[in-house]
Amino acid sequence: MFTLGPLAFTAPWLLLGLIALPILWLILRAVPPAPIRRRFPGVALLLGLSDDEAQSDRTPWWLLLLRTLAVAAIVAAFAGPLLNPQEERSGDGPLLILVDGTWADARDWNERRDRIASLLSEAQRAGRPTALATLTDLPPEVEFQTADVTALALPGLEPAPWAPDAEAVAEWTKSLQDDFDTVWLSDGLAREGRGDLLDALETHGAVTVFQTPRPTTALRPATFADGEIALVATRTPTGGAREVQVAAIGLDPSGVERQLATVPVAFAAGEADATASLVLPPELRNRVTRFEIAGQGSAAAVTLTDDALRRREVALLAGGGEAEALELLSPTHYLSEALAPSADLIEGTLSDIVLANPDVIVLADVATLASGEAAALEEWVGEGGLLVRFAGPRLAASDAGRGTDDPLMPVRLRAGGRNVGGAMSWGEPKALAPFDEESPFFGLAVPDDVTVSAQVMAQPDPTLAERVIAQLTDGTPLVTRAPLGEGQVVLFHVTANAEWSSLALSGLFPQMLERLAVSVRPAMPTAGDLEGTTWIPEEVLDAYGTLTETDTLPGVEGAALADALAGVGPGPDMPPGLYAGEDRRIALNVIGAETVLSPAAWPARIPIEGMASTREVDLKGWLLALALGLLALDILASLMLAGKLRGARAVRAGIAVAGLVLAGLTMPQPLMAQEAETGAGAGAEETQTDDTFALAATGQVVLGHVLTGDPRVDEIAEAGLLGLSQTLFRRTSIEPSRPMGVDLETDELAFFPFLYWPVTAGQAIPSDAAYARLNRYLRSGGMILFDTRDADLGGFGSGTPEGRMLERLAEPLDVPPLAPMPEDHVLTRAFYLLQDFPGRYTSRDIWVEAAPPDAELAEGMPFRDLNDGVTPVVIGGNDWAAAWAADDLGNPLFPIGRGTAGERQREIALRFGVNLVMHVLTGNYKSDQVHVPALLERLGQ
Amino acid sequence: MTASLALRTGAEALAAPLPALLAEAEHLAATVVVGDHGRRRAGLGDTFWQYRPAASHDETRSIDWRRSARSDGTYVQDKEWQIAQSVTLWVDRSAAMSFASKGLETKGHRAATLALAAAILLSRGGERVGLPGLPPRRGTARLAEMAERLSEDHDTDYGTPDATDLVPHSRAIFVSDFLGDIAPAEAALARAADRGIRGALVQVLDPTEESFPFDGRTIFESMTGALRHETLKAGDLRARYLARLAERKDRLTHLARMTGWQFTTHHTDGPASAALMWLYHAIARR
Repeated sequence: MFTLGPLAFTAPWLLLGLIALPILWLILRAVPPAPIRRRFPGVALLLGLSDDEAQSDRTPWWLLLLRTLAVAAIVAAFAGPLLNPQEERSGDGPLLILVDGTWADARDWNERRDRIASLLSEAQRAGRPTALATLTDLPPEVEFQTADVTALALPGLEPAPWAPDAEAVAEWTKSLQDDFDTVWLSDGLAREGRGDLLDALETHGAVTVFQTPRPTTALRPATFADGEIALVATRTPTGGAREVQVAAIGLDPSGVERQLATVPVAFAAGEADATASLVLPPELRNRVTRFEIAGQGSAAAVTLTDDALRRREVALLAGGGEAEALELLSPTHYLSEALAPSADLIEGTLSDIVLANPDVIVLADVATLASGEAAALEEWVGEGGLLVRFAGPRLAASDAGRGTDDPLMPVRLRAGGRNVGGAMSWGEPKALAPFDEESPFFGLAVPDDVTVSAQVMAQPDPTLAERVIAQLTDGTPLVTRAPLGEGQVVLFHVTANAEWSSLALSGLFPQMLERLAVSVRPAMPTAGDLEGTTWIPEEVLDAYGTLTETDTLPGVEGAALADALAGVGPGPDMPPGLYAGEDRRIALNVIGAETVLSPAAWPARIPIEGMASTREVDLKGWLLALALGLLALDILASLMLAGKLRGARAVRAGIAVAGLVLAGLTMPQPLMAQEAETGAGAGAEETQTDDTFALAATGQVVLGHVLTGDPRVDEIAEAGLLGLSQTLFRRTSIEPSRPMGVDLETDELAFFPFLYWPVTAGQAIPSDAAYARLNRYLRSGGMILFDTRDADLGGFGSGTPEGRMLERLAEPLDVPPLAPMPEDHVLTRAFYLLQDFPGRYTSRDIWVEAAPPDAELAEGMPFRDLNDGVTPVVIGGNDWAAAWAADDLGNPLFPIGRGTAGERQREIALRFGVNLVMHVLTGNYKSDQVHVPALLERLGQ
Repeated sequence: MTASLALRTGAEALAAPLPALLAEAEHLAATVVVGDHGRRRAGLGDTFWQYRPAASHDETRSIDWRRSARSDGTYVQDKEWQIAQSVTLWVDRSAAMSFASKGLETKGHRAATLALAAAILLSRGGERVGLPGLPPRRGTARLAEMAERLSEDHDTDYGTPDATDLVPHSRAIFVSDFLGDIAPAEAALARAADRGIRGALVQVLDPTEESFPFDGRTIFESMTGALRHETLKAGDLRARYLARLAERKDRLTHLARMTGWQFTTHHTDGPASAALMWLYHAIARR
């Protein structure tokens, strides 16, 4: 290798070829360009003419220079030029490249890989055998191979999301043989066993360490306390003050993963830890699946949340809330006291509560439910809800669960078992019996002071025994449970307050609630809890902090998981991720609550190199490209000199040569151009919504008409809607402002309750995006009035050009089955009582959404009971716009019919328009049978 | 045969829009052979044309007494003028005429088309047309023969007008590029003029020959390769070449004026019909 400043040549002897350049210069100079032969009849006239200058056509100097440079570039290229050649490393024995390969490497893994590649190429030049080993994925045996063979493993080299196992590393060092030099790419973190490994390596040869000075930042598991999420970020305490953004990531209501919140976490200079707290609404908080330090790209910067962060939503409902009573007597007081620390409480009416879809609904002494409420509640339980009921005076007094099986009651209750002193009598209050093995409360200690002085009694029946999960010492059921669908119903036969029993006062009460999964343990499970259980990894993190679902990994022992959680951390058998057990999920994170990050310290004798080395650049390709470009220029110049370059041909040749040069230049780095393109394209994509349009369309009710592209039709449609708007303004409480034309391709449709769409034979079919918007519009309650304006001459959807066009237009639309408008359609009585719907024509065929097939005419009723749905489309051909059309003063624009009959027709047309808009805006409320008597009265007159 | 047919077809198409060409016949007595095509005017012939009042120069025997008896005046019966002219066409078929710059037809093709179109017009007007070696005759058979003859190419570099077997006092049309040695053309023209033959010279040139758009080191060769001229800087020759070409045209113009012929230069990038119009007027001129 021959070095020249930052430039080196691998084959410097080839540079001797440059000596030939002057000779080339002379030769090129001596030879004029080759003549062109031309057939030319005018040669007879040329005979005898001589050239003025005999010597003018030697190759000009600049062309010579161009060619000489091209040749020089070729010679230099083949001499193997390298920019920033890597320093020669001393030693020629085997070289071991040792990589930590932990999550801390992941952030700059590509640089590390480049570094390894350059080390390998260097070893390749030096002819040194090499080996590659990762501490997190130790090879059983170190095998030294040629560098190019070692490099084959490079693309598959990935960091692992755990730290190396110190014991395994110690074992491995014992297996090392012979002498070799070591290059150690450290992740920069102090770790147990590093010193031993270093000592062991130094017995084999020289050790060089690569390490980046960048601080490593990590996120500890998030904890929840006092309504706030506490986030602790930690780092190697080397840098100055710094702020990182921590993002809470989870599924949004539509199931798409997105950032739910971000919170800045600021490190003070030299400090290792930084804390931030995040307050999120419970709904949002329960959605959070992980927190992540933005822009780190390392598993340590991600902390998964498990059930510890998740708080159950519990709805409390007490019967007879109106009672003026002491707080301590409130049926739900003890419940809310017991649940508030570990759950989010919801209160409200039952229908609101069911809508909120909580995890648990607690009914304290609620006896009767409205039938609709009961059905909703039953459905909610059937879908996996947990209904917990407490007895009380009201339940005891009511007939709930008496006699028949009430699905919302786990057992049938005995009549008469009302109260102490009634049918039941105890000598003294009874205590609780120890819990059975099948009971969910099994294992809870029963305090002696818990007594029951009154309760409701279960009706004995064959299923009672299996439903009892807690009983009194005399064997009467205290708590019963029954499954319902996917959920279950639990009944405490006592009150939720201290009225009937001291259960609510005891420490057993919250524990029982917890066992029932009414509340969830927020605490970290102990080793004892996990002993003997198996946990299945559901989602695992890789070293880059990417979460992937998995169903191929084997389950892990609870004890091992407990160890990992206690501080051993994840390992090859137990990658960090989310582990699912029987009833809960546990997150195993890379960084535990106590993990301390400290920078690795190396003895002074070890040379440490930074990762940011100048990269070796092979200039061969660039020089060859330069030579190619120069030769291409030479082609142009030669052509120009020879007079072969003129007019169109010159342009073509120029383009060809430019293309060639560009191709040559872009070949070494084709990515650059692409990146530039995508970068430029991204910003332009932002669409700007036109606020003025939205404001104009939403300030008032605005009727819209679809712009067809036919100016005359659009004008009539606008005038028609203006006339209709004026009529509506005068006669009804709808006060529309001026109608607007709507361009289906660009305008938002959602602003318009009603769209008038005159169909012309020549209009363009809307684009797919426009159809998507139209379908969304129709689904979300919009109405389109299609008007073929042909008096429906050919019958529905056929015959006329407009009819055929309508078929094509409506094909992609999400239109329900249609039927001719029945006589009892709500459009016939939405405002005016109508039976005809004329426009400029008086065809009777108007098509609307078909009534459901099971709608039947009830006895004595003039209308069928059609309560659902506003028809999304109305199709006809009466050219209503022309009948409605009016100028600003309200004067009709088009003659309709003849004389007074024509004016009557116009009036009916306007009434139809009023009915239509009424139908759109008020829905089907006129179809409600409530109005039947009034309507009957009107009809009778 | 197909080549000649194609040429004929092209020529017919070119000739179609023009009215029949009437040849001037100055030396009537010597060459006129009364044909059966009327001239639509009074003159020598067999067919009745019109009665006109006798004038003093009319011979008494030419008075039509039968007509004159019906009135007081005397009338002369005019006959329709019926004559035929001989026109010989010479078209340069030498190798030089096969030159064409890109996108244009060859000079030879344009020359042949022009000549044959003129022949068709003349023939339609009742004239007799011929080529050197094909005595002037009337009829489509002669046109076919001419077309066939015009489709042949010669391998000499430059052509020489052939004025040997021209009918005295007839008409002639010479079509060539006149780029070769001018002396034979001069001689032929002089000889024709001596025999009382008048006609038209059409110089057909390619636009390249007019502009000389060359540069750089070039070897110019004639179409057969017999003549060559090498230059190091073709661009420098342009002005002198153009001067020589202008001189050649001057000389031809002068020659034509001396002999009473008509001369024009036609370029292959121009419309052929313009040249045909010119020929029509040149031949119809009296």
